Amino acid sequence: MKERIKHSKFGSFQPNIENLLELTPEDFAPATDEQKNGFMSDRQSTSYWKDAMRRLKKNKVAMVALGTIIFLILFAFVGPFLVPYGYDQFNAGAENLYPWHYSLEDQAILDSVSGNAEERLAAAIEQAEKEKGSELDAIELATLKAVVNKKVDINQFKKDNNIHSQLFGYSKNELQRIEAGESVFPHVFGTDKAGRDIMVRLMVGTRVSMLIGICAALLVLLIGATYGSISGFFGGKVDAVMMRVVELIYAIPEMLVVLLLSTALKPALVNFQDSGSGFFQGLVGAMGPNLISMFVAFGLLYWVTMARIIRGQVLQLKEQEFVTAAEALGASSGRIIKKHLLPNCVGQIVVTTCLQIPSAIFLESFLSYLGVGVSAPMTSLGSMASDALSGITTYGYRLVIPAVILSVMILSLNLFGDGLRDALDPRLKK
Amino acid sequence: MAKYSLKRLGMALITLLVVASLTFLLMSAVPGGPWQSEKPLSPAQVQVLNEKYGLNKPVLTQLGIYLGNFVQGDMGVSFKMQKNRPVVDIIMEMFPISASIGFFSLLWAILLGVPLGCIAAYKRGSWVDSLLRIICTLGVSMPSFVIASLLITTFAGSNEALRIFPTIFDSALGVKAYILPCFALGLYPMCYTARQARSSMLDALGQDYIKTARAKGLKTPKIIFKHALRNALIPVITYLGPQIAFVFCGGFVVEKVFSIPGLGRYFVQSIQARDYPIIMGTTIFLAAFIILMNFLVDLLYNVVDPRIKLDGGK
Repeated sequence: MKERIKHSKFGSFQPNIENLLELTPEDFAPATDEQKNGFMSDRQSTSYWKDAMRRLKKNKVAMVALGTIIFLILFAFVGPFLVPYGYDQFNAGAENLYPWHYSLEDQAILDSVSGNAEERLAAAIEQAEKEKGSELDAIELATLKAVVNKKVDINQFKKDNNIHSQLFGYSKNELQRIEAGESVFPHVFGTDKAGRDIMVRLMVGTRVSMLIGICAALLVLLIGATYGSISGFFGGKVDAVMMRVVELIYAIPEMLVVLLLSTALKPALVNFQDSGSGFFQGLVGAMGPNLISMFVAFGLLYWVTMARIIRGQVLQLKEQEFVTAAEALGASSGRIIKKHLLPNCVGQIVVTTCLQIPSAIFLESFLSYLGVGVSAPMTSLGSMASDALSGITTYGYRLVIPAVILSVMILSLNLFGDGLRDALDPRLKK
Repeated sequence: MAKYSLKRLGMALITLLVVASLTFLLMSAVPGGPWQSEKPLSPAQVQVLNEKYGLNKPVLTQLGIYLGNFVQGDMGVSFKMQKNRPVVDIIMEMFPISASIGFFSLLWAILLGVPLGCIAAYKRGSWVDSLLRIICTLGVSMPSFVIASLLITTFAGSNEALRIFPTIFDSALGVKAYILPCFALGLYPMCYTARQARSSMLDALGQDYIKTARAKGLKTPKIIFKHALRNALIPVITYLGPQIAFVFCGGFVVEKVFSIPGLGRYFVQSIQARDYPIIMGTTIFLAAFIILMNFLVDLLYNVVDPRIKLDGGK
């Protein structure tokens, strides 16, 4: 008896034949309201999105990736409000700080052996003259020079004098202010050669990269989905012509054209920006000409993959009965595409858009690295890496930090996109 | 086959024409010209220069003249970068350098990527598979300039013990000069190939003919390399065309980091210097090269998998 109830939980109304002979009149009693309600809640249907969310939540890798993305979003969008430095603010006296510092006394000791050679020589001469009481002769001067200029093994010296570096960068001035009781926000990753705080620049750079990725992906989505659905839905000659265009764009070496576009459009956009103070001019000014040319490149070249995917889906879907039904009811082509076809390929659309974001970020960093991306004073992770290249031997971390953030961002977006694909369309799972 | 090749050739020519016209029009639409420099020239001088290089004619006429000359094998002379040297000469000098680096990068990427993918597929679910998966996902997530600059800081940086390789590319050094750039350029294709090979190998291993082969009593290596690999290679080859394009375009960055005097770096420089004939020449040349490679890859399909019909199966 108990067993049979357990069976019915899975929704089977097929009677278990073995149990049929053991039926008692009780089994034929009408179900109570409580039982009915229990039955309904047991068999509640899950929607497509709920089902996908459940699968996504089970995917540990994707969830970790999502956590990383959320952390990066907070870092990029909330971070700049917490740090009191501006991304283009020159902090005088705080140039080229390392992400570590020495206390004031230690720094003074260090300066005495490894500071500016001329200053140290002048100080040494002054001190020797004071001791001697008269001016130094040539021989004494030469020996003093040799002593001062003698190379000291800094690491050994630090060990001997028990000097340890401390976390975060502070300039001398800032250390003095701390000593005076002021609280000074540290330069967590140091500063660059113009005295700009590297952490704030990283935050803003991450923000720029993310925004570009998202905007480019939405642009690609808009153009690709429209083009692909029209091509797939109308088929025949329209499809043939439209797909020839797609093939043509596929064959164009995109990187060449993107490079060319970003260089070519820049002066035109700068002219346009200076031509007046309307809404569009303001928009160009806010985004920077290089960013716009990048979007133009995306709009021109990168939608073809999306268009192909949507077209394939639409070709399959348009043969199905619900489209025929809609046509029979007199729905226009636009309505069928918008209301019936596109919502049915939403899984594919979401996944492709999501995977487009990292590739846009990839391209942006690439262009910024070549010097045709985001223009100064705006910054991006790619241009920061490019700037760091000149001082790579001394300040290697300036290259490593943006590079790591960029890689982690692309990595987690890729992993999350893969997870999303597995969740939304389990058939595609590899 | 012949019909297909002809069709593709026509398509390729149209693409080239589009690329050429697009490039030309874009270049001409930019205000200012190649004569802008730190020392401004007088209007009279600019006029003489424009006259000499035919820049005073309408843009469409210029394009027509350029295309006419191009068909006859004349790609013009450089305006600025290497004054009055024929563009053909410049390309012929620089392309071999880029091509050799691209070739070796792709070579190691495929020679290593395909077997790694096969191993991962065969050992599916084991730690080997997981490790390869992590490495490959990392590899496709790092832009080539990141890899290149990390390599250069590590192996050509301030640390004396690790300073094995030169910072600046010098072909006189032989193999040593090629190792870092080829590694940086080939890592992405390698990881991508391995991922692709793994998934298509898994697909192939699940097919019925593999069961038949097993039932016949064949040894595992023979099943993998004789029966499964050939079918698993198709998606890998499909991506070979775009990969060639990537290696040549990713070359821009790697060439910049390692100061390689290749075509990619020169192209970027010529855009910045507005040396029109060099921009046109390199664009058309690289585009033609990429299109040709895509075509060859398509023909290669047919060899590897005779089931694929190029003519559209009519």
